[in-house]
Amino acid sequence: MDVILGAIRGAFGLMIGLDATLLEIVALSLQVSLSAVAIATALALPLGAAIAVSKFRGRQTVIVILNALMGLPPVVVGLVVYLMLSRAGPLGELGLLFTPTAMVVAQAILILPIIAALARQAVEDAWREYQDQLRSLGAGGWSAALTLVWDIRFSLLTAVLAGLGRAAAEVGAVMIVGGNIDGVTRVMTTAIALETSKGDLPLALGLGVILVTLVLLLNAGAYTLKEAAQRRYG
Amino acid sequence: MGEEPMRAPTSLLPLRLEEVSFVAAGKTIIDRVSLAFEAGPRTIILGPNGAGKSVLMRLCHGLLAPTSGRIAWAVPERPGDRRRQAMVFQRPVMLRRSALANVEYGLKLAGVARAERGAQARAALQSVGLAELGDRAARVLSGGEQQRLALARAWALRPEVLFLDEPTANLDPGASAEVERIIQAIHAAGTKIVMSTHNLGQARRLGDEILFLHQGRLVEHAPVDRFFNRPASAEAGAFIKGELPWT
Amino acid sequence: MDLKRRLFLGAAALAVALPLAAQEKFITVASTTSTEQSGLFKHMLPIFEQKTGTKVRVVAQGTGQALDMGRRGDADVVFVHDPAAEKKFVDDGFGVNYKQVMYNDFVLIGPKSDPAKIVGGKDILAALKRVEGAKAPFVSRADKSGTHAAELRYWKSAGIDIATQKGPWYKETGSGMGPALNTASSMGGYILADRGTWLSFKNRGDLAVLVEGDQKLFNQYGIMLVNPAKHAHVKQDLGNAFISWVVSPAGQKAIAEYKVGGEQLFFPNYKGR
Repeated sequence: MDVILGAIRGAFGLMIGLDATLLEIVALSLQVSLSAVAIATALALPLGAAIAVSKFRGRQTVIVILNALMGLPPVVVGLVVYLMLSRAGPLGELGLLFTPTAMVVAQAILILPIIAALARQAVEDAWREYQDQLRSLGAGGWSAALTLVWDIRFSLLTAVLAGLGRAAAEVGAVMIVGGNIDGVTRVMTTAIALETSKGDLPLALGLGVILVTLVLLLNAGAYTLKEAAQRRYG
Repeated sequence: MGEEPMRAPTSLLPLRLEEVSFVAAGKTIIDRVSLAFEAGPRTIILGPNGAGKSVLMRLCHGLLAPTSGRIAWAVPERPGDRRRQAMVFQRPVMLRRSALANVEYGLKLAGVARAERGAQARAALQSVGLAELGDRAARVLSGGEQQRLALARAWALRPEVLFLDEPTANLDPGASAEVERIIQAIHAAGTKIVMSTHNLGQARRLGDEILFLHQGRLVEHAPVDRFFNRPASAEAGAFIKGELPWT
Repeated sequence: MDLKRRLFLGAAALAVALPLAAQEKFITVASTTSTEQSGLFKHMLPIFEQKTGTKVRVVAQGTGQALDMGRRGDADVVFVHDPAAEKKFVDDGFGVNYKQVMYNDFVLIGPKSDPAKIVGGKDILAALKRVEGAKAPFVSRADKSGTHAAELRYWKSAGIDIATQKGPWYKETGSGMGPALNTASSMGGYILADRGTWLSFKNRGDLAVLVEGDQKLFNQYGIMLVNPAKHAHVKQDLGNAFISWVVSPAGQKAIAEYKVGGEQLFFPNYKGR
């Protein structure tokens, strides 16, 4: 118990002292995960919405696979992206291995199914409510889907947050494709892994406290936003 | 509003249904219905719950495709054309925007220029008595206000035909009366009204002709007075007396 | 080619959007967890970086993985501690400009309770024979690292065929030095570790150094450039500059002056080979 309390004290000490290395690591973590979320959302929302409103052969199979991909193991994604980006691999010329860009790509791939699957569910539920009215007014396929997505944007925020949570928490993918290079690709989760393996458990725990607090703050912010929107628009 | 709905050189009506059936999950919901909707009279589709009124309206409006039979407007609708018929549902569905914005949305889909949407939308709200609530979020309005808003949205499109699927089923008597008043006004302005209801009083008040539906079949089609005073079918007679069992 | 070009443009756009160290000179060095976690790199690399303006990006893994990285061409320089594997790497044509630059030593660590009774011994082979005889818990890294390779050599030299003679007492964790030490600490097991990692390891629990000083425990480090003939993109000039610096008096001094708790961890021994 004292180890944990000591860790929390240590963590706050680091934060209040604005330790430069810590700030660098936190900034990079946010940059990588938020970038990954932005890219994944831009691709996943249209994908989820399209599946939700379309009828096509094999639709049920696609939905099952999409839901299953939510459970993609990060370390597997990291390994596959590593093999693609390695000099010995097909995209080696891009020279992206061991850079933050590679980490963004890996995390975006990891969370895309999560956001798409959750978006699909939300859009499909709303589609049931809106479909007849929108079609009655003359809104065709894409136009109706876009209007719908915009209308339920605050519910979709939940899906995006789920993706962000997953990205910020994972270590397997960013460790493999980033290499945990000091000052270049070290993020909170890989730093925690490193300090744990060095046996510096209090520091690792302290970093963990900071990471969890950050994610908590992000979620609280989004929840407040949702509530305000609910009150305003009904 | 007081304006004539835009009539193309040729009217949409009459709408003809020939031997139309609709089967879903093995159940026959509409059973070989043949009829014609002519311009002019306010048509009431009357029947007990489960008779198939809602499905018939959706078939006519184009939301469902018949399993067999033909549904044909005098001027066929092509995808991409501006819609010349509108529908108001039992539960109004509003976007998460202001009341005014919801009406403007309908106008936008109809191809009305951005500069004119505001004025037309405001006029529509005025005609249903919602002028002061234009900036309120549509989904926080009361049930009656939302249904009036749905009418405003549909009317702003100047449809030739307005379908209404049990529009007052969820409203209290005061709101229902308001809605009926608006429907009369829309009819007076020249739009063909096709409305479903299971409420006998409403059918008498608002109808010129009655289409009586029972278990998916068109059992009787008569002017309102003859239907209520001298119903031709046994089912109609039982329904009017309140004796028809639920299907 | 068109798809690759489109992908490249996309990646380029991303790289611009993430302006993190995209413009600086740097080399990628594949090295081992023992060198990184001991803190040596944190001490000596800034000296080189200040002098030349070239940043050194270290990807720290086990020796086996580091050499694999070199074979694939994902690093410019490889800096590990397994002379036999390094020789094969160079002989197979994957490495050039190979130099042996420093050594540290391994120590045999175990619980203070010492069930195998090896404390104070100066003979690693005798100690391992006693551990096996007592079937005392022993943690092996089992991860193709230089430390693991050394451990296997010692078992063999002690006349023990560990592959067939291992039992439940022999725990193969497949992990780096730190995690393996964590495991040994929590189960009170014996473990072979490099002194550097041990000195900076903070979770010792009941563990202590029991056997040290045997000449056989001497652990040699080597550095080499990934062969540009095999991988044209390797940063030869910058990589060779790093290697030259490590074996230069300045570099060797930087290695020698690194201390943890007053103890020197690494001993430079470049002999112009």
